[in-house]
Amino acid sequence: MGKTVLEVNDVTMQFGGVVAVNNLSLHVEEGEIIALIGPNGAGKTTAFNVITGVYAPTNGQVKFKGELISANYPHGQMRRKYLGEQETLDKYSAKKSLTPDRITKLGVARTFQNIRLFKNLTVFENVLTAKHMRSKANFLSATFGLNYKEERKNRQETDELLTLLGLYDVRGEIASSLPYGKQRHLEIARALATRPELLLLDEPAAGMNPQETDELTAFIRRIKEDFHLTVFMIEHHMDLVMEISDRIYVLDFGKLIAEGTPEEIQNNQRVIDAYLGVQKDE
Amino acid sequence: MSRKQKNIGTGILILAAVVLIALFDNDVIGNAYVKRVLNLAAIYAIISVSMNLVNGFTGLFSLGQAGFMAIGAFSVAIFTVPEQYISSIFYIEPMAPWLAAIRLPFVAALLVGGLIAAALALLIGYPVLRLKSDYLAIATLGFSEIIRIVFTQLQTITNGALGINRIPGITTMWVPFGAAAVCIGIMVLLIRSSYGRAFKAIREDDIAAEAMGINLSFHKNLSFAVSSFFTAIGGGLYAALLTSVDPKQFYFTMTYNFLLIIVLGGMGSVTGTVIASFIITGGLEWLRFFDEPLSIMGVNIPIFRSGLRMVVFSILLMVLVLFYSKGLMGQKEFSWDGIYRQYEKIKGRLKRTSAKRKGGAA
Amino acid sequence: MSMDIFLQHLLNGISVGSLYALIAIGYTMVYGILLLINFAHGDIFMMASYFMIFAVVDFRMPIWLALPLIILLTIVLGMLLERSAYKPLRNAPRMSIMISAIGASYLFENLATYLFTGVPKGYPDIPWLTKVVNIGSISFQIVTVIAPVLVAAILIGLMALVNHTKTGMAMRAVSKDFETARLMGIKIDRVIAATFVIGSGLAAIGSVLWGAKYSSVYPLMGVMPGLKCFVAAVFGGIGNIPGAVLGGIVLGLGETLLVAFFPGLTGYRDAFAFVVLIVMLLVRPNGLLGEKTTDKV
Repeated sequence: MGKTVLEVNDVTMQFGGVVAVNNLSLHVEEGEIIALIGPNGAGKTTAFNVITGVYAPTNGQVKFKGELISANYPHGQMRRKYLGEQETLDKYSAKKSLTPDRITKLGVARTFQNIRLFKNLTVFENVLTAKHMRSKANFLSATFGLNYKEERKNRQETDELLTLLGLYDVRGEIASSLPYGKQRHLEIARALATRPELLLLDEPAAGMNPQETDELTAFIRRIKEDFHLTVFMIEHHMDLVMEISDRIYVLDFGKLIAEGTPEEIQNNQRVIDAYLGVQKDE
Repeated sequence: MSRKQKNIGTGILILAAVVLIALFDNDVIGNAYVKRVLNLAAIYAIISVSMNLVNGFTGLFSLGQAGFMAIGAFSVAIFTVPEQYISSIFYIEPMAPWLAAIRLPFVAALLVGGLIAAALALLIGYPVLRLKSDYLAIATLGFSEIIRIVFTQLQTITNGALGINRIPGITTMWVPFGAAAVCIGIMVLLIRSSYGRAFKAIREDDIAAEAMGINLSFHKNLSFAVSSFFTAIGGGLYAALLTSVDPKQFYFTMTYNFLLIIVLGGMGSVTGTVIASFIITGGLEWLRFFDEPLSIMGVNIPIFRSGLRMVVFSILLMVLVLFYSKGLMGQKEFSWDGIYRQYEKIKGRLKRTSAKRKGGAA
Repeated sequence: MSMDIFLQHLLNGISVGSLYALIAIGYTMVYGILLLINFAHGDIFMMASYFMIFAVVDFRMPIWLALPLIILLTIVLGMLLERSAYKPLRNAPRMSIMISAIGASYLFENLATYLFTGVPKGYPDIPWLTKVVNIGSISFQIVTVIAPVLVAAILIGLMALVNHTKTGMAMRAVSKDFETARLMGIKIDRVIAATFVIGSGLAAIGSVLWGAKYSSVYPLMGVMPGLKCFVAAVFGGIGNIPGAVLGGIVLGLGETLLVAFFPGLTGYRDAFAFVVLIVMLLVRPNGLLGEKTTDKV
């Protein structure tokens, strides 16, 4: 362990009047498996979308391996509203937000809550497409096949990846024709093909039965070792979360309400309240 | 089917096409009219495939074909019209001297037109394709109109509304068919390369594509520029086939021809598009009798008069979209395996019906 | 340029802009709800002009009877268009619906050419719109003043409808989230039909004012105003009704003044709108009054 892979500082994401993520700060260290949990609508996916550059934050910054990938510290009223007390001068850098493809190139890959495969392409093509961004060939040399060595290598690596993830026998199938569980595997395979260092999984076990969830636990552990990954995931299956995570962050109504090891989180009163709901006496 | 069988099949197809073109070209079969329609279909195939590259493979809705064609057509017209005719063609205002000084061979003029079209495509694409690509439809439609308006105004360059005639014509069918083979071949290679896969990924799901590291703006612009390049090449060939051009020919409704072709052929199918190009071009010629007064046994059928052909054309487009939105091929390509599967299917069906019939008889 | 001439151009620009605004509202409402560029909208406007000619010239109807009748006919046509060309494709890919819209537009144009020939016809004269009034050295048709006033009244009415009635609430809900609105029990088809009724009705009114100003009716007359008005809608912020009105007026005014100040550019008049579109998308892609939209991931 050692290096900090992901650093999220005072991130707020506001849509019109709705504050989806409220002053969120967290960090993920190299080699960890971190879970982000919280009731529905707590802002977990929005946090992922800010990290991967789909949204530019209303306030705050995100760093990947120490490199700033998005930053926005509006001055004046907004600053007073969001920043709180930990202000340091270097934070007032110009507004910056990399597009999702640039962030993926740096080494952050993700899956989606509601599976987003390239539906009409084959399993093989889905994974091969993710190799495109590492290609050095320009479009002319690619068109005329001058990059055939690279292309051959990519195809070979894709097949290896598919074999490793148990998808080789369905490589020719159209992605949308796969059963649900396989589609989730394929999405992970596709993300891995971008050669990430940080893998973001958005509810990888959604819609899975307990047996499949168990398999998934082993699967995540295995790919983490095989590909030297750091994993940051959103998940609702508590068995999975408690078994696999090194640390857990809990989000409720956009705010971070707890952080700690699985044991700490299990005994945290605020977390229990957030999940079960408490009537506040006023 | 084995690989060898497939190769033999493909070889036979290509040979048949070459022989057929040679027969037409040497006037063994057909006549000048048929030759002209076939040439037009080959040129339309280039333009339609390049439209499909953007609309069918990258999932953007572009309607600028007529404008980009006009650029290619006028490039060929301006740069290849022989020097001795220039003063008689530009009789209202003479052609700009610097332009009259540049005479280019046909292929060079084609390429110049293509490059100008690609550059203009980037000029529109850059602001528009960063955003929701819905606006591309309106922006390209508008662009196509602007080009027509500008070409009507530039008297010393395009000869304004009069246009340019006496363009050296195409003398052999090998030119349009050869150009079609080369242009479509290059586009197929692009589609099958890793860039082509990126285009398809954007068509399937742009958010996922971006998350896989594909730069949306770059790839959309690339697809749009390449498409515009080949559309202009097609436009240049069109000018040479007709030997005269004027801005009115490139009214934006011309684009709808190509739209109909790609919808019929299948959005995302090159072979479908090529087949549809020949069907639609031939069909539109055949439909010309709709515009002629028709009398059966001395009685005039009143609905047959000028304009009916285009009504049928637009109804055809509507019917296709509403009821057969996949077209002939959908996103599939012609393949021997596909043919073989169809053959097996039909054989199976025939066997079943004959068995049924036997069963019924017994 | 003297003050009088400038005022004359200004007035003229505002009235052209008001006509654009009437058509742009139809585009912006349909786009707001269906995310569809209704390419056939300009052709609905064209058909309305032909209806008027038939009513007044061929059937010799008095104007007071013809007016409501052609508005009604245009509305029926708009609903027919929606039913036959768009409704069957509710769940189809967006591009299919756009192609269907183009097919419908092309069908209208070709049908008009086939039935009424391409030769321009004269729009019936409506004296209380075309009469020329002189104030000082400025002279103008009455329609020049009526158009902006009418647009203002319609805008107020529409805003009241959208913000204070149940139908309006349903419209806003559908434009925010189609699927959720459906789940909440809003009758989507009825809301969409209402949108087409309003859009087509305004196109018919627009055609009457247009006819008073330009008087020439031909099958492709709807194409350019149609394209320009979509640009106006984008300019004002697509989906936003006051934005469409503002966009229409700015566009009409800009176009008129451009030609007034630079007569050399007269030939490029129609290109102006598209230059505006490109610049707008570069500078302020959400339009003047549009709000920022975020795609759901």
